[in-house]
Amino acid sequence: MYQTTYHRPSTVQEAASLLASAEDVKLLAGGQTLIPTMKQRLAAPANLIDLGRIAELKGITVSGGTVTIGAGTTHAEVHTSADVKAAIPALAKLAGGIGDPHVRHLGTIGGSVANNDPAADYPSAVLGLGATVVTTKREIPADDFFAGMFTTALEEDEIIVRFVFPVPRKAAYAKFANPASRYAMTGVFVAVTGDGVRVAVTGAGSDGVFRWMDAEAALASDLSPSALDGLSLDPSGMLSDIHGDAAYRANLVKVMAKRALAALG
Amino acid sequence: MGVEGIGARVTRKEDRRFITGKGRYTDDIVLKDTTYGVFVRSPHAHAKILSIDTTAAKAAPGVIEILTGADLAGDRIGGLICGWMIHSRDGTPMKAGAHPAIAHERVRHVGDQVALVIAETKAQARDAAELVEVDYEILPAVVDPARAMDADAPLIHDVAPSNLIFDWVLGDEEATEAAFAKAAHVVELDIINNRLSPNPMEPRSAIGYYDEAEEHYDLYTTSQNPHVARLVLSAFVGIAPEHKLRVVAPDVGGGFGAKIYIYPEETACLWASKRIGGRPVKWTSDRTEAFLTDCHGRDHVTKAKLALAEDGTFLALRSDTIANIGAYMSTFSSATPTYLHGTLLSGQYVIPAIFTNVKAVYTNTTPVDAYRGAGRPEATYIVERLVETAARQLGMDPAELRRKNFIRQFPYQTPVILTYDAGDFEANLDKALAAVDYAGFPARKAEAKTRGKLRGIGFSSYIEACGIAPSQAVGSLGSGVGLWESAEVRVNPVGTVEILTGSHSHGQGHETTFAQLVNERLGIGLNNVQIVHGDTDKVQFGMGTYGSRSGAVGMSAIVKALDKVEAKAKKIAAHLMEASEADIVIEDGELKVAGTDKKLPFFQVALAAYTAHNLPAGMEPGLKESAFYDPTNFTYPAGTYICEVEVDPDTGKTEIVQFVAVDDFGRIINPMIVEGQVHGGLAQGIGQALMEGVSYDPESGQLLTGSYMDYCMPRADDVPSFKVDHVTTLCPGNPLGMKGCGEAGAIGSPPAVINAITDAIGNNNLSMPATPAKVWAAINAA
Ligand SMILES: Cc1cc2nc3c(=O)[nH]c(=O)nc-3n(C[C@H](O)[C@H](O)[C@H](O)COP(=O)(O)OP(=O)(O)OC[C@H]3O[C@@H](n4cnc5c(N)ncnc54)[C@H](O)[C@@H]3O)c2cc1C
Repeated sequence: MYQTTYHRPSTVQEAASLLASAEDVKLLAGGQTLIPTMKQRLAAPANLIDLGRIAELKGITVSGGTVTIGAGTTHAEVHTSADVKAAIPALAKLAGGIGDPHVRHLGTIGGSVANNDPAADYPSAVLGLGATVVTTKREIPADDFFAGMFTTALEEDEIIVRFVFPVPRKAAYAKFANPASRYAMTGVFVAVTGDGVRVAVTGAGSDGVFRWMDAEAALASDLSPSALDGLSLDPSGMLSDIHGDAAYRANLVKVMAKRALAALG
Repeated sequence: MGVEGIGARVTRKEDRRFITGKGRYTDDIVLKDTTYGVFVRSPHAHAKILSIDTTAAKAAPGVIEILTGADLAGDRIGGLICGWMIHSRDGTPMKAGAHPAIAHERVRHVGDQVALVIAETKAQARDAAELVEVDYEILPAVVDPARAMDADAPLIHDVAPSNLIFDWVLGDEEATEAAFAKAAHVVELDIINNRLSPNPMEPRSAIGYYDEAEEHYDLYTTSQNPHVARLVLSAFVGIAPEHKLRVVAPDVGGGFGAKIYIYPEETACLWASKRIGGRPVKWTSDRTEAFLTDCHGRDHVTKAKLALAEDGTFLALRSDTIANIGAYMSTFSSATPTYLHGTLLSGQYVIPAIFTNVKAVYTNTTPVDAYRGAGRPEATYIVERLVETAARQLGMDPAELRRKNFIRQFPYQTPVILTYDAGDFEANLDKALAAVDYAGFPARKAEAKTRGKLRGIGFSSYIEACGIAPSQAVGSLGSGVGLWESAEVRVNPVGTVEILTGSHSHGQGHETTFAQLVNERLGIGLNNVQIVHGDTDKVQFGMGTYGSRSGAVGMSAIVKALDKVEAKAKKIAAHLMEASEADIVIEDGELKVAGTDKKLPFFQVALAAYTAHNLPAGMEPGLKESAFYDPTNFTYPAGTYICEVEVDPDTGKTEIVQFVAVDDFGRIINPMIVEGQVHGGLAQGIGQALMEGVSYDPESGQLLTGSYMDYCMPRADDVPSFKVDHVTTLCPGNPLGMKGCGEAGAIGSPPAVINAITDAIGNNNLSMPATPAKVWAAINAA
């Protein structure tokens, strides 16, 4: 790791002004992605702004058909939250399947979504549930937030404050873990909402998380796994690497989508 | 056996230290005035070094010195050697290219060391290393062994045309081909034995220290065999004569073979310490460096075939292998694909004619050397995949085809050098069949089908040659060293005992098992025994630990030294108790006159030996004996493993639902430790079969599996709860009847797993690692 200057704001306001004023700066949340990258000297911010002590970024509240989760809430907190379990059990389950206990007790939902790793779990829930990303500057609908691998609509001086998840009628997440990293080789989040069915896929697409529109259309009239039987995905849009080629991933999307549907109950 | 003797399940003495974080590893050692070394490593798989500019780096804060391959060549420091000579079929010696401790003029794999930056702190050394400017002319690279001999492949070492190091044969080619010509059945397989990264938990580390006043060097290093390191660094690299070089391998956190070799960094740190005027130079690998520079294992490409008579009797076996040696020949790299591999191709079977050809090639990859099993897993994989395939092809039960061809008479001379001394292969098989409930398999398969799962069963009846001795035999096969072991038993005046052993423990539990042996003999309790190892200044000599040799060879040396101690103690006791020496027995820590109530505690005899006030006439004082032990044969652990899997046809994911391992290790000193060794070996073998594989980009030669994000290590939930059991036939070749247990799990398990998966999916064309993606593709190709 290179030398860096560490800042510890105690309010979002303070963090935002530091972010706007400092040169060559990075936000630090759970550090589960950023710190390893810095240790390998692949990232070398001159300034680090630690969001870890900001109370406003933490916590989970349920009201009026939404679940609001602060950006600084850890995976473990989401996983074990009685409120999340009651309102969106699929989200609690997803959080409990991220990494290992160490990672889950440090890593945050804000860090994960801001990073938008193409194999991360959370982006599929944010997109699948049609959540709203609330930042220091605006409210961004999930459909406008993800912009390809490791890319989002966030501006340089923008901080995610919280996520607002509409409570679905039903939802389920099915993950096929990469055998080495245990990130998602393919993860499919299916949500049935008042407006229809949303199917969001992570781990498989070469542009990161995406909605499988053909599946959503097929499921509009029939929610059973067999509704997907006639569908297939074009492998040309899929990731291909030493763990699995595009054809395999295209297959996994369908298999995992069916498993999520079966789990909807 | 007693509660702490041979055969007792004693918890490990050393674990208190390890579990409480009190282990003392090389990186924990901080000598006065230590400096820190960081290597600048090649980012290219193959390139010419046009120039190295260290000006900016030298000016960086804290930098003491920057050394390059040119400096090393200028000081006439010798290159690293390969210690096992192999001759090609035409009689010519292997073609080993130079292996300097810091690359000079050319780099040959990603991670090859190019310069050593020494600074006051590690962070300063790392910062400065980034400022070293190396100008490379990139050359084409080859990483695939099957392509290394192609006409258009780049030449890696000028001394080895076509990148061919040796073209070695073993066995009778004519008789083998004749048997194939008239065989009723011929079974053929193309096999890739995947390249593995050993991944010991403790990364490699070295501290070189030159004492100017004494002209003496100390090396602290993560080694499985410190004496061999000293020998090579003295005799070949030319650091200093042996009496001027001490090598210490303190606690070592796992080796698996990867810490046998004498590595470039050790030479560099020793030499650098002298260059900077005698301050110690410490280097510790990070995990990325470990992936790039720790020797890899396996990496064979093989064509194999088995000839059978109409009734399934084996007639002949042939294999033709290309073995990837990597960019340089590591210390024992030539032995692994030859004498540790070709000699095991008879497996547990009567096979009248066997022939094998191994072509060893250079590629632009990390050097390959012995890794847990070393050559024997590759041989076992060939034999056991062929046998299972034959059973399917002939419509025979795989267990019964094995049974039909088992060797039953011992000693048995195979057509490939080895003479198996003892075993009961059928007993292993029967015990495994019972444990797995073979008769119930069809019902389990049918039930799995109702859940949409493909269930399969696979066998592997392995045999290995362990001990890696006798010296005369290994010498005649090309080993540069003898492979005996030495031990010293020091009885202190108070009757406690220190065992100085040339074996080296890096996870095996010697501090417990060796003490159990002493307790069995002297009855003085485990806490009165201390095991000393890993320091050339303390231990007289040793060949180290690998090849499952610490029990069969290392403990045998202790037995010999104990014999001498006992003989002398009995003489003293007889003298003191005025009895006949022949009547003295040692029991429960006492020397007794048989048939009487006369006795002396062991400590009083020890004290008498040191006070020397009243010893038999002419006897030297003291009670300390040493011994060297050189066995008369290898040892032959053998067993049968049965793996049962369920494959999910939708995702290709394999779950191991049952794994039975029945091993014959001869005498077992501590069943708990032996089971632990088997569990670990099985996890590594299952890792090879299902998940592990080093991958390089075929064009650029970049390592694609350079972290655990991509290199898939098995974790606890990837392996099932094993059913481990034993059959015991004693090894007639050593005093304790031990065969060795360290490698069996890794040797026997890969073919059992692949045989099970291919049985489940009905497609025999599947290579390791059988990842979900590959299995899914195989299902859909079937
Ligand atoms: C061993 C291991 C296993 C893992 N397994 C999984 C897995 O299975 N599935 C999975 O999805 N993930 C996995 N992860 C990643 C983990 O979930 C991380 O916690 C997550 O990706 C990043 O969250 P963080 O809080 O640690 O963010 P950090 O590492 O601190 O930051 C990540 C990035 O987000 C930015 N950032 C952080 N907070 C904000 C904010 N509020 N607003 C704007 N930008 C912000 C940072 O500047 C940085 O660029 C794993 C990580 C490890 C180390």
